[in-house]
Amino acid sequence: MTSRTLAELAAGLAARKFSASELAREALARAERTQPTLNALISITGEAALQAAAVADQRLAAGEAGPLTGIPMIHKDIFCTEGVLTTCGSRMLSNFISPYDATVVTKLKQAGMVMIGKANMDEFAMGSSNETSFYGPVKNPWDVTRVPGGSSGGSAAAVAARLTPMATATDTGGSIRQPAALCGVTGFKPTYGRVSRYGMIAFASSLDQAGVIAVSAEDAALTLQAMAGFDPRDSTSVDVPVPDYRAALDAPLTGMKIGILKESFGEGLSPAIEKRVREALAELTKLGAVVKEVSLPSLPLSVPTYYVVAPAECSSNLARFDGVRYGHRCENPKDLRDLYTRSRAEGFGAEVKRRIMTGTYVLSAGYYDAYYLKAQKVRALINDDFARAFREVDLLLSPTTPTAAFGLGDKTSDPITMYLNDIYTIGANLAGLPALSMPCGFDGHLPVGVQLIGPHFGEAKLLNAAHRFQQATDWHLKTPAGHAQGFA
Amino acid sequence: MSGAEQGGWETVIGLEIHAQLATKSKIFSGSPTQYGAEPNTQADLVDLGYPGVLPVLNGEAVRMAVQFGLAIGASISRKSVFARKNYFYPDLPKGYQISQYELPIVAKGELDVMQEDGSVKRVGVTRAHLEEDAGKSVHEGHAGVSAIDLNRAGTPLIEIVSEPDMRSAKEAVAYMKKVHTLVRYLGICDGNMQEGSFRCDANVSVRRKGAEKLGTRAELKNLNSFRFVEKAINHEVERQIEILESGGKVVQETRLYDSDKDETRSMRSKEEANDYRYFPDPDLLPVVVDDAFLDALRARLPELPDQKAARFQQQYALAAYDAQLLTANRELAAFYEAVVAAVPSDAKLAANWVMGDFSAALNKDGLEVTASRLSAAQLGGLLTRIVDNTISGKMAKEVFEVMWAEGAEADAVIEARGLKQITDGGAIEKVIDEIMAANPKQLADYRSGKDKLFGFFVGQAMKATAGKANPALLNDLLKKKLAP
Repeated sequence: MTSRTLAELAAGLAARKFSASELAREALARAERTQPTLNALISITGEAALQAAAVADQRLAAGEAGPLTGIPMIHKDIFCTEGVLTTCGSRMLSNFISPYDATVVTKLKQAGMVMIGKANMDEFAMGSSNETSFYGPVKNPWDVTRVPGGSSGGSAAAVAARLTPMATATDTGGSIRQPAALCGVTGFKPTYGRVSRYGMIAFASSLDQAGVIAVSAEDAALTLQAMAGFDPRDSTSVDVPVPDYRAALDAPLTGMKIGILKESFGEGLSPAIEKRVREALAELTKLGAVVKEVSLPSLPLSVPTYYVVAPAECSSNLARFDGVRYGHRCENPKDLRDLYTRSRAEGFGAEVKRRIMTGTYVLSAGYYDAYYLKAQKVRALINDDFARAFREVDLLLSPTTPTAAFGLGDKTSDPITMYLNDIYTIGANLAGLPALSMPCGFDGHLPVGVQLIGPHFGEAKLLNAAHRFQQATDWHLKTPAGHAQGFA
Repeated sequence: MSGAEQGGWETVIGLEIHAQLATKSKIFSGSPTQYGAEPNTQADLVDLGYPGVLPVLNGEAVRMAVQFGLAIGASISRKSVFARKNYFYPDLPKGYQISQYELPIVAKGELDVMQEDGSVKRVGVTRAHLEEDAGKSVHEGHAGVSAIDLNRAGTPLIEIVSEPDMRSAKEAVAYMKKVHTLVRYLGICDGNMQEGSFRCDANVSVRRKGAEKLGTRAELKNLNSFRFVEKAINHEVERQIEILESGGKVVQETRLYDSDKDETRSMRSKEEANDYRYFPDPDLLPVVVDDAFLDALRARLPELPDQKAARFQQQYALAAYDAQLLTANRELAAFYEAVVAAVPSDAKLAANWVMGDFSAALNKDGLEVTASRLSAAQLGGLLTRIVDNTISGKMAKEVFEVMWAEGAEADAVIEARGLKQITDGGAIEKVIDEIMAANPKQLADYRSGKDKLFGFFVGQAMKATAGKANPALLNDLLKKKLAP
């Protein structure tokens, strides 16, 4: 059992080298062992995992298994899981047992995956360091004094520490790609509408997209295959056929046009990161890609645009957490107003409150046009910039983050600095584009990620480029000291 | 003349009518919409606003709203957008109501409304938009706390907003009745006001006659019967005139009508009004309709009340007002046409009976036409006997009462009660001869010019025949015999 990638584990299961139950036990043991240091998980669902693994073993024995059957995995705690605590990293939902499964959860369950727990995350996915979680910060497995990134910090840390080869995650402004970069794993955010949002607790509905953090692009392709597709329960999911992602992985990159995103190589980018990213570019060139510089003049406006649109939607999305039907309720409310104000004041953390306030402000009478409407116009411009770029190139390339993982507590007192961590990732969300981050080396002992952005529904091409890169390099197979022996 | 007009004031009214669409399931979830179920048994996770759930638009609600728009000749928006109206209330599970704001599905249209005096008033419809209803807070029977019933949450509504075109409470009621008629014709709303399926808010202001600028308005909420609409508006008009005449200023506010106390009271002023922070709902795509969709719905429109009324005037030679009354309700109109089929020679007689005794009997028993104790064929059978002179109109009323009470056929009642009219001239002449012989003084007076005594002889003859003498025949024979 020395395999580490999902694909290798799947091959091992198929060849009966080990059983799903053995994998589940191993994953659970690793989860328990790393929890005190990493705090990657909010729940560990041992009993249910062993049951699911036993069922998976039956399927494997009966020859009814798919490529994911019996693979242990972790869901970000933003996905509703029936009968299991679903907190979204918040005190507000610290008592919420979901009565239903998210569509993503249902699909991966049907594929036979074995959930061993729920990943820690920034509260309601609002954060870039996993420090806003009610359950405490997740530590970066490469350096436990540093953040894993966020909001999917638990998912990224869990995969980096090889608790499981894959975890689900969500990305509203970079919440899959940024932690993937900071933890040295592969993070994939599909096109907006490619994966159902049903059962995924909403932060900013027009930006939220479910995706995956995995060891390799191939692993991401395998899981995305099962997650993607139209869902009649989500009106914003798109009814276009899901191609065979794995079949597209091996295509040669000869002639593939990759655009270097000019605006993301300027001020604020750490030289060490730039160096690694340019090396990755050289590697892709070696594989046959043709490189060209591309400018997206409105892209620098993406952070302010995002911080109008996302809080606006969140202020409305989080209104349902009112202490009336579920979730946290204050003790002895004296009237309705008291019930609302205290339940929400106690249930939400500072960053969530900041965004609700910002969002309420930008939607208010008299400010709507100046903020929300203007932001929507800028969003359209950013969209146009990307559309123009994709008439010239197949994929766009940039660093995923301006720096490697920063220290715990370094940026908590300055929200703006924290927000700027997402400067390279937000554009893809505003335009609804698929994008990924993959490991491309180190800045000292800390991993560095390179980002690829594709056109709408360009998932196969993105995965193809990342897979070829990972065939030629082994950055994605590096594991942090003390966590090196995944499933060994 | 209303009090407002007398004092030189003009009343200005606009209505916002909420009509619950008669879909089987809710507008954004699969829960049933049936009224009267046990609390919270018709609300699923979407209606309850659970974390992670998403709305999915019910296409039938869109079709119904578009049908309404087509029926009032409104322009239908090719693209309409759902927005969130944000406010906190316990019966609003998501903390926002999904409604349409900037781009409603139905844009400008108009309705011609016949008034009591037969004149026609054209009322502009500003817009009609789709939205979801909220749940209900129940305060009774729960000491110290409020209970929430979310069965109604997510029920589809169209809100029909009029221009401020109405000038009296009566006009407002006539308009509301017209809309009520229309939505029921279209089958898009059951119109049940007691259950809240059809209700309205009224924006009311007054201004000096001749003034152009509108006065400050109050919005009256919770008007769920035609009677309440009229009373509440009249009260509000009086209140505003009183304030203005005593030198005060009307405050822009929302007022609640209390039907028990028959008064309106302030709910909240403009300053306290919510800032609803409308913005397009990112969970729902814009609703896009094309020509083929509109054409298909247009083809499915039934004959509308105005069309039917015009046809009734023409086909049955009815007065405009009668035609309007008979077509105010699709079932009543159909009933009328079935009655006419039995007495095609006298459509007017059928109209009088359907609007008169028949409607009165329904009202008395609180029945809808569809639950009538008599079928159209039965009533037609009765009218046939009037037309062929078997019974008089007066006798028919008596027969009708028995028929209504027993559900019997006209002929059976006539037979059983011996109510057949006497149409035998000889028999009537014999009765007249006897009366003349018994009343020589009256006969002499009549013959000497006291014409009024003719009625006396009619009365005597009817009394002698127990009212069965055919009135026309009796008249003819009396005139002949009494003549000097």
